[in-house]
Amino acid sequence: MSETTENPIREAIADAIHDHEVILFMKGTPERPACGFSARTVAALEATGARFAAVDILPDPRIRQELSALSNWPTIPQLFVKGELVGGCDIVVEMYESGELAETLGVAPPADAPDHAPAGNEPGAPPLQIQNNLES
Amino acid sequence: MFVPSTEELKLRIESAIPGARAEVTDLTGGGDHFRASVAAPEFSGMSRIEQHRRVYAVFGPDIGGPIHALSLETRAE
Repeated sequence: MSETTENPIREAIADAIHDHEVILFMKGTPERPACGFSARTVAALEATGARFAAVDILPDPRIRQELSALSNWPTIPQLFVKGELVGGCDIVVEMYESGELAETLGVAPPADAPDHAPAGNEPGAPPLQIQNNLES
Repeated sequence: MFVPSTEELKLRIESAIPGARAEVTDLTGGGDHFRASVAAPEFSGMSRIEQHRRVYAVFGPDIGGPIHALSLETRAE
């Protein structure tokens, strides 16, 4: 990444990934997901009880563009753990259902884990503070 | 810009990845949200991330363009 100094958005994304052990780039916020795939991913993460930072990619199209260029992954959401891309919605939900997600996140899997991932929250919940380092 | 169809997606995956077999469904009926189940010999030894990247790479910029969403399930065979 030789162009980081000329690319503040990509640099901010890389910093956010580096600085947060678990970080989800999504459409909308955990409280108000703007897409079903993001909602399902948030629901799986929340079901593990793990804490995670979240970044809404919608406010600026360059966030998604730079994120995908950085991660070599074309779709949203994208979950990173310890600086590494874990996957998008399909992989996160698959990992939740197998118990692998809790292990990757370093939390104990819930004893009463259901066979299927929980449904995503419907939009409408009140917005809460989320961590978002990318808005300049 | 092509108008995606399940047949088109299946054909593109199976043409691009040797020996691949793909089942593609249109999730919404709207021709832009798809789900593909793909089995291919070359997935053997690849991580899940790499397998999904391989399928996404078949479509390049069409993902996020005419194909708004492509949900994937991949496996080696």
